[in-house]
Amino acid sequence: MERITVKIDGREIVTSPGRTILEVAVEHGIRIPTLCHLEGLSDVGACRLCIVDVRGQLVTSCTTRVADKMEVLTGTDAVRAYRRTILELLFAEGNHVCAFCVSNGGCELQDLACELEMHSVTVPYAYPRHRVDATHPRFLIDRDRCVLCGRCVRACGEVEGARTWNFAERGSQARVITDLDVDWGTAASCTSCGKCVEVCPTGAIVRKGESNGEMRKKPEVITRLKERRTHG
Amino acid sequence: MAKVRVATMWFSGCAGCHMSLLDIDETLIDLAGMITLFNSPITDLKVFPEEGVDVTLIEGAVGNEEQLHLARTARQKSKILIALGDCAVTGNVPALRNGMDPDEMIANIYGDKVTSNGALPYEAVPHLLGRVRPLAEVVHVDYFLHGCPPPAGLIAKAVLALVAGKTPELAGPDLKFG
Repeated sequence: MERITVKIDGREIVTSPGRTILEVAVEHGIRIPTLCHLEGLSDVGACRLCIVDVRGQLVTSCTTRVADKMEVLTGTDAVRAYRRTILELLFAEGNHVCAFCVSNGGCELQDLACELEMHSVTVPYAYPRHRVDATHPRFLIDRDRCVLCGRCVRACGEVEGARTWNFAERGSQARVITDLDVDWGTAASCTSCGKCVEVCPTGAIVRKGESNGEMRKKPEVITRLKERRTHG
Repeated sequence: MAKVRVATMWFSGCAGCHMSLLDIDETLIDLAGMITLFNSPITDLKVFPEEGVDVTLIEGAVGNEEQLHLARTARQKSKILIALGDCAVTGNVPALRNGMDPDEMIANIYGDKVTSNGALPYEAVPHLLGRVRPLAEVVHVDYFLHGCPPPAGLIAKAVLALVAGKTPELAGPDLKFG
């Protein structure tokens, strides 16, 4: 098997080509923050939080493959500052009222604010108006809390195979939709499997009946499901 | 040692942050020996002392014209300004009205819903701003205490550090919203 050598934060690592920087880093205990990445789903580089420095260039580590003699820096001051600004934009673009969220205390976005030391949001808050869709009998989506990571879209398409979730519009108008932008409760393709709920990193897609701070998700269910389907 | 001069203010918020401040238990007794508390909902004093204060903690978002004015006064009169809690830091719950028209909202709430006295509250109370703003959008803020409310221990840690002339070390779980 072909072997290559990459340098991550000064550490020489021997690995094989075709793997992503993130995979290699995680395997060697080097922490890179992620949000749209989930083991078991394809990587799309949507959230940009996993950016690293490759010889002065910022690249998403979840979608960039390692190459021989590649030099990667995962935590320079510049990289950390960019990550924090990206996180600030995610907070500013939604209405993440953490105190009154079912996922309070179990939210990947909230945890990232702690990890990336986001003291405040320095860009102006957009305070958008979004429609909450509670037409599904068991689940609901509060788009105020959606970060457009697309994990629901990928879990639904790649693992469940239903392809109920998709994106509509672009830029600040972008949102996730069910079927051809119909009420979720009337989306004919939805199997009500709940995978979108488990993979959603915030309190955007949730189970009904959970109260403030009660919602705990199990995205690892998808990881295990994918493993079993691949390896039997 | 001269006592540290402290003020606290309450803008658009629920008073929960002040409750959490009072919830620092026996630290209150230690603190009482180290600070002089000037204008605050706790003392019920309304105006800043002429010579200003060392530290002001502000709970709540900036939601009306009076609060905007008071935020600017607080900045002028304080060496260190602290955003106390999620409403002051992010806008939080009060900011849920952003995107709605304040006049329409007031007409809807106080207009035809009130049977005894249909007057809209414009005379005796400050006008609402077009949108509720986090404190740091209107004045420079030195430290942000996250939480709804910030845990009592976090408030104690920050205030004790400042009283001792040190920089509060706010990291990791201290930065948890909600």
